[in-house]
Amino acid sequence: MGLVTFREERCKGCGLCVEFCPKKIIVLADHFNVLGFHPATATDLSRCTGCGICAWMCPDVVIEVDWNGGKPPGERGESPA
Amino acid sequence: MPKTFQRPQALTDKPFHYCPGCTHGIIHRLVAEAVDQLAVRKKTVGVCPVGCAVFAYDYFNCDMIQAAHGRAPAVATGVKRVLPDRVVFTYQGDGDLAAIGTAEIVHAAARGEKITTIFVNNAIYGMTGGQMAPTTLLGQKTTTTPHGRDRETAGSPLRVAEMLSTIDGAVYVSRVSVHSPRHVRLAGRAIKKAFEVQLSGQGFSVVEVLSTCPTNWGLSPREALKWLGENMVPVFPLGEFRTPSAEEAIEC
Amino acid sequence: MSHLPRVLMKGNEAFGEGAVRAGCRHTFAYPITPQSELAHFLARRLPEIGGVFVQAESEVSAINMVFGAAAAGARVLTSSSSPGISLMQEGISYIAGARLPCVIVNVMRGGPGLGNIAPAQGDYFQAVKGGGHGDYCQIVLAPASVPEIIEMMILAFDLADRYRNPVMVVGDGVLGQMMEPVEIEPGETRTAPAKPWATDGQGDRPAPNIISSLNIVPEDNERFNLDLAVMYAEIRRGEQRCEEYRLDDAELVLVAFGTVARVAKAVVDRARRDGIRAGVIRPITLWPFPEDSVKRAAARADRFLVVEMSLGQMVEDVRLSVEGEKPVHFFGRPGGLVPTVREVCNEVKRITGVMPGAEDVPAATGVDR
Repeated sequence: MGLVTFREERCKGCGLCVEFCPKKIIVLADHFNVLGFHPATATDLSRCTGCGICAWMCPDVVIEVDWNGGKPPGERGESPA
Repeated sequence: MPKTFQRPQALTDKPFHYCPGCTHGIIHRLVAEAVDQLAVRKKTVGVCPVGCAVFAYDYFNCDMIQAAHGRAPAVATGVKRVLPDRVVFTYQGDGDLAAIGTAEIVHAAARGEKITTIFVNNAIYGMTGGQMAPTTLLGQKTTTTPHGRDRETAGSPLRVAEMLSTIDGAVYVSRVSVHSPRHVRLAGRAIKKAFEVQLSGQGFSVVEVLSTCPTNWGLSPREALKWLGENMVPVFPLGEFRTPSAEEAIEC
Repeated sequence: MSHLPRVLMKGNEAFGEGAVRAGCRHTFAYPITPQSELAHFLARRLPEIGGVFVQAESEVSAINMVFGAAAAGARVLTSSSSPGISLMQEGISYIAGARLPCVIVNVMRGGPGLGNIAPAQGDYFQAVKGGGHGDYCQIVLAPASVPEIIEMMILAFDLADRYRNPVMVVGDGVLGQMMEPVEIEPGETRTAPAKPWATDGQGDRPAPNIISSLNIVPEDNERFNLDLAVMYAEIRRGEQRCEEYRLDDAELVLVAFGTVARVAKAVVDRARRDGIRAGVIRPITLWPFPEDSVKRAAARADRFLVVEMSLGQMVEDVRLSVEGEKPVHFFGRPGGLVPTVREVCNEVKRITGVMPGAEDVPAATGVDR
């Protein structure tokens, strides 16, 4: 199980993490952050695999990903796209 | 608990000023990751351009120089010739490198300067307001080609990676993209390889990175990535155009 | 009396020799007449002593290589001649804006445009009034002999580092081609002072260094400009240099720099034989202009004659310094010609009226303004 954390105050709501999350568990929140954007947030962390794709695609380095088991995503040979 | 992804040390904590969805941020991060992976941050000197990335000196956590428009390869040459054991890179956009700075990049490559250039090609001038770039596609609308780029009056897009790959001093020349997670990962590998080529002392290395400009393209960030993949990649094919003879090619 | 061995050296080579003695090991330049021997000399000499000479693809590139090398902490030189110096103006403004030290040699030639390759001084305004954009000043040194070229080059590097500012050393084709004896100093060269601000890799420093001329917030940029103004005022107070020749009792003061100052001294010697008490102020620093010396002279002399190889550029600084107290005459040969002693003598006689029939002296082929 992975755990994603968002530095919400930095998110510009571009939605690229939403677009590329393989589990489709990221959405743009209804509320506004301090920058005036709808920030990205994870809806169901129990389904997060910690693959890190959201963080790779985030242009603002908003997302950190913790991984608590198995090989980290870069070494699993998966083809995310 | 091991982090699978965290902010690279070679980035400062300052938030980027780029527009939402602009892939400059991804490319900054890939450069920083390469610097971290090679453990060269404290001996790296970066040279940033004029253009959207003009403030890159605030983002890269290493010694940084802000150069005049297009002159980054000349500035980097000066640094590297004084300090041959440092890692020196330039980070340049398509107006900076492929228009006003064409002479500087071509001759830095021709001299085989042991520097690494990250060339961000998004087919448009971002900072000045969406004007035509040397890499603007035929038919692409910009604020200075309001009816689309016309070959008769505005010429054709410049293929920088192909052009530089004809130069002997350019030891590593590749073109990558960041329009999908897979391409981001491949772009990261190419950037790291370019720095490795510099460290090996073999000559000039450059990675052209296809990038987006959602704001001036008039597209959402997601649409922009799709547009890049569908329209730019056919004109600017991805791949390694020149590698050191001993190196094996990697996918781009 | 000197016991050091002497050799004959060409002016252009002396620029290079002076740079080497100043501890400069990096030169970036693009070929242009009439300064070529300078580049030839350093292309041969620098690699012998562990240095680097790079032939750039243009003067634009050369000055930006200088920017990078200066940012990296080196004592660095570029050299060119008038059209090439024009191309460098963008870079010089950036160097001044980024507070970087460097030395630029301009062996001036006739302009405007491609002009010619003959000696001229038409780049005075460009050098001392800020040839590039924005409010900046560069220190400008004007040697008048081959030994003085070496001396001025060493001074140029010291001043550049002291003020973190570009320094230009101007000569002309006569000075560049002239051969004069210079003393050979045994090997010792200077080294640059410590530069903790240099972008040479963070290393053990607690934080990275940034070199930039960008101050996007107007208030910040105004503060930066005001800081520059403080430094420029300090340079104006402390760095004015000139040679005063037979000035003590002079009624007529000739003001001339570089090659023309040599002519002016010969004119003064002749004029004194004719009973005209004349003297010379030879500015060595064109910026800061030696206004203190000119002001002192204005208090006791009757008039000034500025002689230049131009349409009259330094004459404006002389007039600013004299502040209307005394007449300031001008005689110049623009476009690549050196005023002769004879024609300047005629001008002296014309404006002083000392010689009988002076009005009948035919006007020289020069500019009188």
